[in-house]
Amino acid sequence: MSRRATAAVIVFPGSNCDRDCALGWEAATGQAADLVWHKESSLPDYDLIILPGGFSFGDYLRCGAIARYSPVMSEVIRLAAAGRRLIGICNGFQILTEARLLPGALIRNRDLLFICRDAWLKVENNRTDFTSGYRAGQVVSYPIAHGEGGYTINPAGLKKLQDNDRIVLRYCRPDGLVAGDSAPNGSLDNIAGIINDQGNVLGLMPHPERRAEKILGGEDGRIMFQSIFQAVAGGLRP
Amino acid sequence: MKFKAIVTVMLKKSVLDPQGAAVERALKSHGRSGLQSVRIGKVVELVLEGPDQKTVEDQAARWADQLLANPVMENYTVRVEPCS
Repeated sequence: MSRRATAAVIVFPGSNCDRDCALGWEAATGQAADLVWHKESSLPDYDLIILPGGFSFGDYLRCGAIARYSPVMSEVIRLAAAGRRLIGICNGFQILTEARLLPGALIRNRDLLFICRDAWLKVENNRTDFTSGYRAGQVVSYPIAHGEGGYTINPAGLKKLQDNDRIVLRYCRPDGLVAGDSAPNGSLDNIAGIINDQGNVLGLMPHPERRAEKILGGEDGRIMFQSIFQAVAGGLRP
Repeated sequence: MKFKAIVTVMLKKSVLDPQGAAVERALKSHGRSGLQSVRIGKVVELVLEGPDQKTVEDQAARWADQLLANPVMENYTVRVEPCS
């Protein structure tokens, strides 16, 4: 019997990475993901929920602020509380912070520019369900594409993230050095991705789904989907 | 009764405001002297029905707290006035 994992990508009005996420998951695991409209108010117990990138509700008010109140979010919160894996990528990360599923907030990039380019990232914690396929300290490259990706949190919150090893990815230089200026968006402590205390909710600004197949320029991101599959279904693609 | 609630949302002092900083540099580069700092926020105007001003104030503050502002990074003030 082949190993199974059920995954859903939530589609908000203005999401634009939904199909890429579904294809990335499929490329990495050989299994299709459901695309679920944000108006759904009842979900089956998916193993994995993906909140994709894009500009949900036009980024009006604040990025993710309106999506956070979509009907589907109460189900997303229910499944996260039940320990199902939840990943928010880019706009999805912003939605997760607005929903308080992750601490802190994402603010306007330091230089006020929308940044669309490849970013170097250091895997600071590979002992998570999302990063177990990477080596500790591995340097990977995913694209970033955002205008509001500067992570911010109060000093006490930052210390908690640092002390509990919840900073999963940091922006770094190509040689892996995390320096003061290695975050292109001015993100606090060079934070690119964080995980919750329970270890089942990850938010990150860079796009692993855009590096999920060779034809896209690399497979660094595929490993993230494979790691999740491994955690959920107990094995890599057969 | 009809009221107008004006919700002003500002980034907290501790949060970097790159927009404000850019405008501050622009003003200073034009030789405006005496300028201390610039912060940029937003104003949300709500027109709403309610029995009295206090109830409407509480209502608007709740909405500000839940949606109009993100208390993680923003502060807000609410001003309510009768709507003619």
